[in-house]
Amino acid sequence: MHKTISEKILSKHAGRELKAGDIAVVDVDVVMSQDGTGPLAVSQIKKMGFNKVKNPSKSIFFIDHAAPSPRSELSNSHIVLREFASQTGAVVSDVGEGVCHQILVESYTCPGDIVIGGDSHTCTSGALGAFATGMGSTDIAVGYALAKTWLMVPRTIRVNFNRRINKGVFAKDLIIYLIGKITSDGATYKALEFGGEVGSRLSMDDRFTISNMTVEAGSKTGIFPSDDITKEYLKSQRRQDCFKEISADKGAKYEKIIDIDCSVIEPMVCQPHTVDNALAVSSLEKIMVNQVFIGTCTNGRFSDLKIAADILKGKKVASGVRLIVVPASKDIYLEALKEGVLETLINSGAVVQSPGCGPCVGVHQGILGDGEVCLSTQNRNFKGRMGNPNSFIYLSSPATAALSAVKGYIADPREVLG
Amino acid sequence: MLKNKKDQKIIIGSSFKFGDDISTDQIAPGRLFHLRSNLPELAKHVLEDADPGFAKKVKPGDFVVGGRNFGLGSSREHAPLVMKIAGVGAVLAKSFARIFFRNSINVGLPVLICDTDKIDSRDILEIDLKKGIINNKTKNLKLKFNPLPGVMIKILNDSGLASHIAKNKGFNL
Repeated sequence: MHKTISEKILSKHAGRELKAGDIAVVDVDVVMSQDGTGPLAVSQIKKMGFNKVKNPSKSIFFIDHAAPSPRSELSNSHIVLREFASQTGAVVSDVGEGVCHQILVESYTCPGDIVIGGDSHTCTSGALGAFATGMGSTDIAVGYALAKTWLMVPRTIRVNFNRRINKGVFAKDLIIYLIGKITSDGATYKALEFGGEVGSRLSMDDRFTISNMTVEAGSKTGIFPSDDITKEYLKSQRRQDCFKEISADKGAKYEKIIDIDCSVIEPMVCQPHTVDNALAVSSLEKIMVNQVFIGTCTNGRFSDLKIAADILKGKKVASGVRLIVVPASKDIYLEALKEGVLETLINSGAVVQSPGCGPCVGVHQGILGDGEVCLSTQNRNFKGRMGNPNSFIYLSSPATAALSAVKGYIADPREVLG
Repeated sequence: MLKNKKDQKIIIGSSFKFGDDISTDQIAPGRLFHLRSNLPELAKHVLEDADPGFAKKVKPGDFVVGGRNFGLGSSREHAPLVMKIAGVGAVLAKSFARIFFRNSINVGLPVLICDTDKIDSRDILEIDLKKGIINNKTKNLKLKFNPLPGVMIKILNDSGLASHIAKNKGFNL
């Protein structure tokens, strides 16, 4: 049988041949949750009568959503996670280490793995050629306790990014364009598998951005084949040993193949309050912004901070605009510090905060006021997402965000990059 | 309310209609992140960002009726959990986001896929979970809902995933 990447990985972990539509119990390699979903997972583990985790070194609790904690209730939830981890030998990734999905790709996920996480953006790890998907706390509790889960093997939609990317256009624009096309439930229950002449040449940072946002089309996972670019990335993380090549078989059965001509894609934004409300920046009326946020598991990596700094160098953030920058991990923070990127950003007027989720989840570090507008590089713009249902969130690439911070309104980065 | 309490097959209640794309941020907002360790308190804010008065109006057994892609967004199991705690008897929608659907089954909240265009706010519905029939008593109209996959019925019959695992000492699907 000719298999998709998902069918290959799931078959291997079930110990039998699986095809799309089959339901199976599979072994999982990496299990994680964060400070929003972890405490409930811990209480469910106990409720099921377990007092151990099956695979401690690959069972991780991330403290990233409210880190450092802004409230005592959350500090107490953090204590629950630290205590459970110390009793079971599970790993805690504590305040300041960074966003769960970034730490997973830096240090845990290997090509061919099954990764389940108590966070919907667990699909980020799919960029490394893993089957990675988000689940709720009870499913994650079972994963911690048994290193197993049940799954339906998804049908796959193959997306080929073809031709070339124009200057000023980034991976973020490609994925926003795709979601705008297929809508917020266009891939529900499906796997998205990426390729094409542009897709196969994308950097790992670009692949992380694209896989990260696949859940915004409803998908179960978003997978890139692993290749030389994957290998080089793992080498840079001193993890080359875990590389293996994974790709779909020729003749694999896809539900649909979507071919995208990247040369027609312009810088994009998602307008409030859904991700599929996508529009080219050039078609947007003049939207004034109060806050610009560059960071998150979608776009808080070094290359993202670097392009923002390149645009902001020698310029000032517009008066009345707050620019908040949050590196996605400690390693990224240090690299940006060493390369002078943070200095440039700070000199332009940015506020740099500790690695983690930042204001994306509406818990802390930049909650919007009534009627305020934020342009963010995060993955989601739902009503109330950033802590106030009476505010408005637009999403874009870091380049669009950086230029918009200077202009004070949402601006097309081709003005400076074209 | 529940008729036939013994096997809890029939639920009767009033419907609360919502639109398409109701996100988990509207059901259990991030600004109340700190209440996730106090679910009864979080339940007092259920669906607040979609209908600020909902938590006060909803009565045990009432139904949340959505449009397309109900529950999109985060993996927070707290979303279906607080709906259940608030007394919601079932959620009806044209389609559901994947993680929300799975979480609902895991916590024992019935999620039914049907044509919700035929239901308006405050319609009285009588739902027979076993037969798969929704009787819209206000409109004198019967609707069918899609049966759940077999594995999910097993999990629901065991009162959710945690009980299923505890009872079977692992998966028995």
